[in-house]
Amino acid sequence: MSTQAAGASFVRSELLPDRPPPANLVGIFPLLRERLFSNWLNIALTLMSLAIIVLVVPPLVRFLFIDAVWTGTSRDACVSSSGACWPFIQAKIGQFIYGFYPAELYWRPNLVFIAGALLVLPLLIPAAPLKKLNAILFLGVYPFFAFVILNGGNLDLRRFLIGRFVRLDGLPLVGEVAGLKLVFWLDFLLSGTALLAVAIIASAIIGASARAVAKTLLLVLGCIALALLAVDFDFGLQPVGTRSWGGLLVTLVVAITGIVASLPLGILLALGRRSEMPIVRFASVVFIEFWRGVPLVTVLFFATYMLPFFLPAGVNFDGLLRALIGVTLFSAAYMAEVIRGGLQAIPKGQYEGAASLGLGYWQTMNRIVLPQALVIVIPGIVNSFIALFKDTTLVLIVSIFDLLGQLRAAFSDPNWSSPTTLFTGFAFAGIVYFIFCAGMSRYALYLERRAAHGSR
Amino acid sequence: MASVQPPRVSLVRNPRVRSLVVQVVLLAALVGLGWWLVNNARVNLAAQGTATGFGFLQTTAGFGITQTLIDYSESSSYGRAFLVGLTNTLLISGIGIVLATILGFAVGIARLSSNWLLARVAGTYVEVIRNLPLLFQILFWYLAVLAALPGPRQSYSLLDLAFLNARGLFVPRLLFEPGSAVVGYAFLIALGISVLLHFFARRQKMRSGVSFPAGILSAIILIAFPLVAFIAMGAPIGIELPELQGFNFRGGTRVNPEFVALLVALVTYTAAFIGENVRAGILAIHKGQSEAALSLGMRKGTSLRLVIIPQALRVITPPLTNQYLNLTKNSSLAVAVGYPDLFAVFAGTTLNQTGQAIEIIAMTMAVYLTISLATSFLMNLYNRRMALVER
Repeated sequence: MSTQAAGASFVRSELLPDRPPPANLVGIFPLLRERLFSNWLNIALTLMSLAIIVLVVPPLVRFLFIDAVWTGTSRDACVSSSGACWPFIQAKIGQFIYGFYPAELYWRPNLVFIAGALLVLPLLIPAAPLKKLNAILFLGVYPFFAFVILNGGNLDLRRFLIGRFVRLDGLPLVGEVAGLKLVFWLDFLLSGTALLAVAIIASAIIGASARAVAKTLLLVLGCIALALLAVDFDFGLQPVGTRSWGGLLVTLVVAITGIVASLPLGILLALGRRSEMPIVRFASVVFIEFWRGVPLVTVLFFATYMLPFFLPAGVNFDGLLRALIGVTLFSAAYMAEVIRGGLQAIPKGQYEGAASLGLGYWQTMNRIVLPQALVIVIPGIVNSFIALFKDTTLVLIVSIFDLLGQLRAAFSDPNWSSPTTLFTGFAFAGIVYFIFCAGMSRYALYLERRAAHGSR
Repeated sequence: MASVQPPRVSLVRNPRVRSLVVQVVLLAALVGLGWWLVNNARVNLAAQGTATGFGFLQTTAGFGITQTLIDYSESSSYGRAFLVGLTNTLLISGIGIVLATILGFAVGIARLSSNWLLARVAGTYVEVIRNLPLLFQILFWYLAVLAALPGPRQSYSLLDLAFLNARGLFVPRLLFEPGSAVVGYAFLIALGISVLLHFFARRQKMRSGVSFPAGILSAIILIAFPLVAFIAMGAPIGIELPELQGFNFRGGTRVNPEFVALLVALVTYTAAFIGENVRAGILAIHKGQSEAALSLGMRKGTSLRLVIIPQALRVITPPLTNQYLNLTKNSSLAVAVGYPDLFAVFAGTTLNQTGQAIEIIAMTMAVYLTISLATSFLMNLYNRRMALVER
């Protein structure tokens, strides 16, 4: 050791001279000097930063406020100005928010926005009560509510399960009550009863509790029935097809559906990836790595152009629904990895504790592991929501006009073509995206800090 | 609850039976689903009468591509167009990764700077860029910034070497004449020698503690070897500068505005994320490490180079690789501005012309998937080598 260090240049041979006493850092000027002008490099960096600020900030302020045109009805107001053309935004704001949704029906998207905000805000505030009910309402009820209000509901449901194999149309039950086809609901009743019977017989054979199985199945069937009833019932709303949706509405619909739908799928995949059963694990890994390995654009193309080939002839989805399927599969893979992080953070003692209490796999997961893991990963989920919110812009490549798509469409309006229209549009959309994303990332940060405080 | 143990454990409660049943059911469901999908596709394709298979790769493409790195013309095949797209994707990803790494490290270090103003400027940059969608930024650069550039006569010039205008970026072009290969070989030889020198210097230092000035020596070799070859071969490599002639530029290389917009957006976007990774990596190194290095008498630069950065790299590398992959995947957004990358050429134009969605989208996905999986495989190898050996 000592022989090696003898000739080495990094070992000091004499003591350092005493350092000067620390500069008095109290007061603004010494602080400034220390932070900005302590040596030549520091001075150069300060000057460089100042140059960047001077290059960016004053022109931006001039463009957005000082030189901006605030009132007007057409391009004539803006064509001679070098600032932002805000009347352009005023004229197009409906298109940016609702797309081509009929203007007299704006109350419907507005209602959905308000209901969503009322459900999300208490969910996001940690101190707010009734978290479970709130989550059920937002994740379970709200999607159907939003669908019915936006689309108009009253779907033309004809066949459930049995009806696909047996023709029930021949029965004298062709009637229709409030938009509900009786044939469909008869089909539903028959199919439900058949499923129940099969489940009870199967559980009797393998020796499980038939009662518990029947209870669970009835609950599931009941939920499905309620959901179908909601979308099938005729509320007297004028139907508005998804082709007319657009703007911020589509951005929010895609992002929120993607996150909400990918959550259960992501949980299953994350559990599958950590499962001890090799086939389950392998299938989960393949699914996750496949979707994580390809760009979202290819996924959207896959959902839009390739998926129809793989479905039975005659089954044709709506374009937005196809994009939603692609987005959900894609974000489920990312969600699974976020949740896996949470699962891995749960100490082994929790699993062992659950096992020693005699809990089975699903009991352990539902009552012990997932409640803890999901709380840990909330910031991660918010972050993937931000990523998805930004990625939503990609749907414009498959001809669905979200906020960015509407912006692009608005640029081609000759009524508003002026030298500053483009910059104005980008400034507006940029501010909207920034407010949403920065707000959410602040929230994720707040949650992380809060969790860090709790664990201390 | 009964107080006596049940005499027989039901089959449902037997973990081995359960796991077997679950796996068999899952496997059956997956196989069934796969069969169903394939069967549907077969029926649908037969009904539509579209051609299937990869035969279309040999047929003539019949469309032009604005930027080609390999020989390509309208009479080339779709397979050739695929290769052109692939090379264009690799080109923009490669250049993007290099530039994003440089900018990203600069931003990450700037955010940790003791200079308050610089840290704030870097922080604002990261905050703004990360909170705007990438496609928004690409379109902004393409539609707003580049389209607003002046025509060729009023182009912005950099020392009269490179010119930027609405038609793109004009940069000098290297002209290779016969004999330039020798210069290349000379450089390769010099590179080989300097690698050996470093290896030797390291071993020497480990064994005896004596430093060997490998850095300076290899720098000299790296410059001198190609220079000698260059002069000996009679200056075979020339530079052609772009020149304004009439209404456009002649000579040099024109870089499409699409490429410039996409590159700028990808680099600035990815750099913001890399900056955050770098910052987190450096912050993850305990303060005691740098204090210990300083108390051993290392200078600040030495401690950074020998103590902090090697440890920080261990933390930075995995997310950095992820960002590289993201950049490569995000380059598929080229389709929005019309840069002919793999996705735009193949899943865009070729798909439109042939209508063979299944083959084309599967091939496109396979390319990205291969890049991703190969990178993460290499990453895992690297991680295994670099991971702390815990005892």
